[in-house]
Amino acid sequence: MSLERSDVENIAHLARLAVNESELDAVAGDLSTILELVAQMNSADTSGVIPMAHPLHMAQRLRPDEVSEIDERAHFQSIAPATEDGLYLVPRVVE
Amino acid sequence: MQWETVIGLEIHAQLATRSKIFSGASTAFGAEPNTQACAIDLGLPGVLPVLNREAVVMAVRFSAAIGADLERRSVFARKNYFYPDLPKGYQISQFELPIVGRGSVDILLDDGEMRSVGVTRAHLEEDAGKSLHEDFHGLTGIDLNRAGTPLLEIVSEPDMRSAKEAVAYARKIHQIVRYIGICDGNMQEGSFRVDANVSIRPLGGELGTRAELKNINSFRFLERAINFEVERQIDVLESGGKVVQETRLYDPDRDETRSMRSKEEANDYRYFPDPDLLPVELDDAFIDAALTGMPELPDARRARFCEAYALSQSDAAQLTASRELADYYEAAVQEAGDARLAATWIMGELAGALNRGGLDIGQSPISAVLLGGLLRRIADNTISGKIAKQVFETMWSEGGAADAIIQNRGLRQITDAGAIAGIVDAVVQANPSQVEAYRQADEKKQAKMLGFFVGQVMQASKGKANPTQVNELLRRKLNA
Repeated sequence: MSLERSDVENIAHLARLAVNESELDAVAGDLSTILELVAQMNSADTSGVIPMAHPLHMAQRLRPDEVSEIDERAHFQSIAPATEDGLYLVPRVVE
Repeated sequence: MQWETVIGLEIHAQLATRSKIFSGASTAFGAEPNTQACAIDLGLPGVLPVLNREAVVMAVRFSAAIGADLERRSVFARKNYFYPDLPKGYQISQFELPIVGRGSVDILLDDGEMRSVGVTRAHLEEDAGKSLHEDFHGLTGIDLNRAGTPLLEIVSEPDMRSAKEAVAYARKIHQIVRYIGICDGNMQEGSFRVDANVSIRPLGGELGTRAELKNINSFRFLERAINFEVERQIDVLESGGKVVQETRLYDPDRDETRSMRSKEEANDYRYFPDPDLLPVELDDAFIDAALTGMPELPDARRARFCEAYALSQSDAAQLTASRELADYYEAAVQEAGDARLAATWIMGELAGALNRGGLDIGQSPISAVLLGGLLRRIADNTISGKIAKQVFETMWSEGGAADAIIQNRGLRQITDAGAIAGIVDAVVQANPSQVEAYRQADEKKQAKMLGFFVGQVMQASKGKANPTQVNELLRRKLNA
């Protein structure tokens, strides 16, 4: 499977990555090579192999349902670009 | 053309845990903005999510309640999209291996018919924060207190064919999550949110393009939003247009749905397993412990009420609408010793008073035991139903037990035939012209005129004379 320039543009946009026009072809080539590797792996017979969700063969540990965090708003908001009335301010998202 | 409506619902139930799904921050509603958003909820670098045991327990309980396939192994995935109320740039959700698989619930339709609605799946995920678009000098305010609150997203099959069916299904899920104590069900506060996927098709034809309706915060609005949307789609198709797949917001003030134009991209979430979380594996011991103390479920309780208390389907359904109400009813019956009477009073007098006061059953100033005590005195003829209403009002506004109020105010019913006969004699003597008229009248008229005398006797006895005896004695006296 090989990627077109437009695919790369779309993926870059979804990931909010700025890819220069001049780099598009090279990136498309690199990504296509990776996909070829995946395609090659896909051709292996994996029937009977349980899909792996995580490289560690362990199960998730669970924590008790207890409130353990205190309010650190002032601390966190000291690094925010803009705040008001306790809210984080961001550029308007709805037209 | 005959159109058929196809509806599927996605319900987000906030799980009633104390802390968040992946952090130890509080989930309490109504706190000052961002005071319950810790480093994990903010998605600061270097933090790791750790799964809340109770959220998993609640999902297991839900699975059992809808007879679903519980997945012993489930996996968390990242759902990637950019929005400022989602600080990490992805939502931790479940995609390929959700914790709750296929199940179903039965809904009771208006015509008394039962219908099964399929639940495709239910998965655990974290809630996002809230965006406040009011004026912050052209900026948007973000409150992340809600970010990381555990959600169970319950996805139905497109099994519903009308707004009413969709409402019945949503109510059923609402009832179940509240019965099993995993969600408070508060729609105003957003603890229980319903999104509707609505499409129409020619009767029996191929599925049409669907619109997703959001911003629905009551069952009434759910019905209206779907009905509006169905009409809109019919108009579009019948005028030669095409329905586009989009998200539409319901506006209750204008009772319409509107296309949501936001800067959000078309859905392309690029899910992948979250490397920060290991697969969740459930063994028998965990599942058994999670299911300990599961209450009787609404359907079973309704059936038992019909059987044990000789109630109609609809009365039983009404009395089992919530677990609190059903518990109240059973406690009242035990005290009153009369299931029918308890049903009548709880659905009548009590429901009316609660309604006027804007209270729910848990806030009733009259406890089940106290109400049962009052009903016992109707059942054993100590007071009439009419006097009982007075006692009820006193209990409602001033508190206290029925027996004490009956005693203190001398409301005990007069059943002594001699005492009633005395009052009857006095009334007959005091109204000679009415007595004469009565004696001249034919039987049909007499039956009507008797009411006047009964009224006089009841007034003279301050409502305490036993009405059956009054009628009997008056008839005898007047016909003498």
